[in-house]
Amino acid sequence: MTESNSAKSGPAEVWITGIGLATSLGEGLDANWQALQERRVNVDERTFAPYVVHPFAPVNFDSQIPKKGDQRQMEAWQRIGTYAAGLALDSAGVKGNKEILSRMDMIVAAGGGERDLAVDEGILTAQAKGNVAPNFLNERLMGDLRPTLFLAQLSNLLAGNIAIVHGVTGTSRTFMGEETAAVDAARIALARIVDGQSDIALIGGAQNGERKDLLVLYEFGGFNLKEQFAPIWTRTGHPGFALGSAGAFVVLESKAHAQARGARPFARLTGVVGDHARRKEPGQITHSLEALWSKLNVTSDKVAVITGATGAEPATSEERAFLAAHSGHAIRATGTAFGHTMEAQFPIGLALAALSISRGTLFPPNDSSGFEIEMSTPPTQIVVVGTGHWRGEGMALVEAIS
Amino acid sequence: MTAPRDKFGRPIVVVTGMGVVTSLGAGKTDNWKKLTGGESGIRTISRFPIDGLRTTMAGTVDFVPVEPFSSTDLSERLADLAAEEAIAQARIGNTGDFPGPLFLANAPIELEWPQRDEIARVIGKSEITYSDMLRVSGGGKFTPWHRRFLFGSVSDHLAERFGTKGSPISLSTACASGATAIQLGVEAIRRGETDAALCVATEGSVNPEALIRFSLLSALSTQNNPPQAASKPFSKNRDGFVMAEGAGALVLESYEAATARGAKILGVIAGCGELTDSFHRTRSSPDGKPIIGCVRKALADAGMEPEQIDHINAHGTATPENDKMEYIGISTVFGERAKQIPISSNKSMVGHTISAAGAVEAIFSILTLEHQRIPPTINYEVPDPAIPFDVVPNKARDAKVTAVMSNSFGFGGQNASLILTREPA
Repeated sequence: MTESNSAKSGPAEVWITGIGLATSLGEGLDANWQALQERRVNVDERTFAPYVVHPFAPVNFDSQIPKKGDQRQMEAWQRIGTYAAGLALDSAGVKGNKEILSRMDMIVAAGGGERDLAVDEGILTAQAKGNVAPNFLNERLMGDLRPTLFLAQLSNLLAGNIAIVHGVTGTSRTFMGEETAAVDAARIALARIVDGQSDIALIGGAQNGERKDLLVLYEFGGFNLKEQFAPIWTRTGHPGFALGSAGAFVVLESKAHAQARGARPFARLTGVVGDHARRKEPGQITHSLEALWSKLNVTSDKVAVITGATGAEPATSEERAFLAAHSGHAIRATGTAFGHTMEAQFPIGLALAALSISRGTLFPPNDSSGFEIEMSTPPTQIVVVGTGHWRGEGMALVEAIS
Repeated sequence: MTAPRDKFGRPIVVVTGMGVVTSLGAGKTDNWKKLTGGESGIRTISRFPIDGLRTTMAGTVDFVPVEPFSSTDLSERLADLAAEEAIAQARIGNTGDFPGPLFLANAPIELEWPQRDEIARVIGKSEITYSDMLRVSGGGKFTPWHRRFLFGSVSDHLAERFGTKGSPISLSTACASGATAIQLGVEAIRRGETDAALCVATEGSVNPEALIRFSLLSALSTQNNPPQAASKPFSKNRDGFVMAEGAGALVLESYEAATARGAKILGVIAGCGELTDSFHRTRSSPDGKPIIGCVRKALADAGMEPEQIDHINAHGTATPENDKMEYIGISTVFGERAKQIPISSNKSMVGHTISAAGAVEAIFSILTLEHQRIPPTINYEVPDPAIPFDVVPNKARDAKVTAVMSNSFGFGGQNASLILTREPA
């Protein structure tokens, strides 16, 4: 188990002072909050049928990525992420503040590899028609690949684009590895601030779910939700995830740094823990989550849980068993409203936890099974859970500022 | 007794195990012999057809069989070999039970052409679309490919195989990735989160599309004949880097933990620096400021002055741009001494192992400290008058070396520098 726990390892208190959300439900905090209040879900069952995806809600990219040339250098996942990162910097009030941005940590949880589908289909079709020369692939790739496509595919170029467009240039690290890459991004960023290595950090991730190449990867493992949308907790006989489209970033900052510049916090981030159950035997995920929970300083008997549970099995059933052992807590699965945004799912959880605390109310349940219950009191502690569909378990504790 | 700490009060981080694989061979002994012998590992590519390519050579690792080939499978095998060697040397933990976290630098993982071709064969039509591919991808035929082509797949494998603790981190900071993996390990030990860390960096990317991607960015040397002479860091007639494969692994420990268990200390990671360049996706800021800042941050982190560095293991890719910018950065920080400090580029011999380079070169830097012998920059026949470095041309040199700076500068504005010393300061 790996952890960064401010209460334990050092004095610096860490605040969440900025949130950037651009999702299938809209852009910005109010639009997403409103959609959650209305239990709105933006889902497309037709375009990629039988696969269900959550399409990105259109935004005006110019407002965060003013240069068209920059936009052209990015594929959708990078544009979405760069856009959401800009929203987070705006929200924290540090956009354009060169002095702060030049020493800001950045840890991005990234996928990548967005393909040029037409190029791939053209090559495969020509090969299927037969009689291609041995150097056929070389010649077609040399001729057909856009020279800059590589940069739009590279995982670390989401961070690269955030540096170029928004000027975040302190440190830049890109973690890969699906859901838990974001848990580790939050964990390391928190640890650096707690330890005094850094005062402020931008962390988050992005995914474009409207991608057949991505659907292919998850279809290998039989993970895609098919035919019909259903809330996460009702997928037991019909498991899987609907790929979501979102960019989600948060700004973490030491209390002292935030206070010195008069920044208002949404909430406190007091712990991020992660582990990697072997998942060879039933129950190992449940056990791993239980162990992570015990590492967090959960003191409230009214703690809420915001989980990125994917809907994939057996991970979701195992997580449900863990959650059921903590019955009485209000639980919200972000996968219902946002789909599964992979590297962005844990940041969405952090963002919604901080937002719920700052607005003094947890957003309503969206679940026909009754597993998610109403919460009438203002949340003071929210546990964010991220259980990877295949590997990795993570958890964070977001708290009201006392 | 107080814990052995550096001048900033942090635990000192030492290296107690190292493993390396490059196009020169497997293991430290073989690599060091060839590296100091000025041998090149660059050869004409035999793994796939090269007709129609502008660049036809690379530092491939052909002696590690992977069948059917995928870059991810090769990366994993190379990481296994390097980590095995490092852990065996460190004699730490028990088999399959490494007492600390894993930090892995590897290239972004993706489905490759052999898999796409296989799917197309299953479709069995003469028009292939992604919708067809989706239709046949499910049903369990290709289940292993889900596991294989997740971004976390190599780190998952290593974490399970070597029994590292906690959540394994898989990272990419382009050509600085290997240095970043080491830096993450150093930071975890300094924060007191762990006494040991396994830092691995691997690269197995010589496949047609990866080569063509770099070729389309005009980043690669096209001096294909003879391949051994293609990589010409700091030469006037340099024309690009040479893609290469390899892996490096380091066991890092706190000095206190290492000495307590009687481990042999191979070197010290005295300082790490990183700074991002926001100038351009593939080019460095023309004023060199991010490189200068990165190098200065590494010195500050080590609590050292430029005068204390007596060898620089250069990024030295042999692209016209990189080598020029590296000179601007180093000469700004080191002043007149920039012309006197021996600066060599291992990439002249092993090529550019991209994600692995930072770790491979850190290992070579520690071997330089151990043997008091500086590997050469080979293929240095036509000096570039604009880069008046002492590049240790063509032949290894015996020298007193107490502190080495190892630099990594990559696409996406990623800059990282490490400072390695022989003994704790």
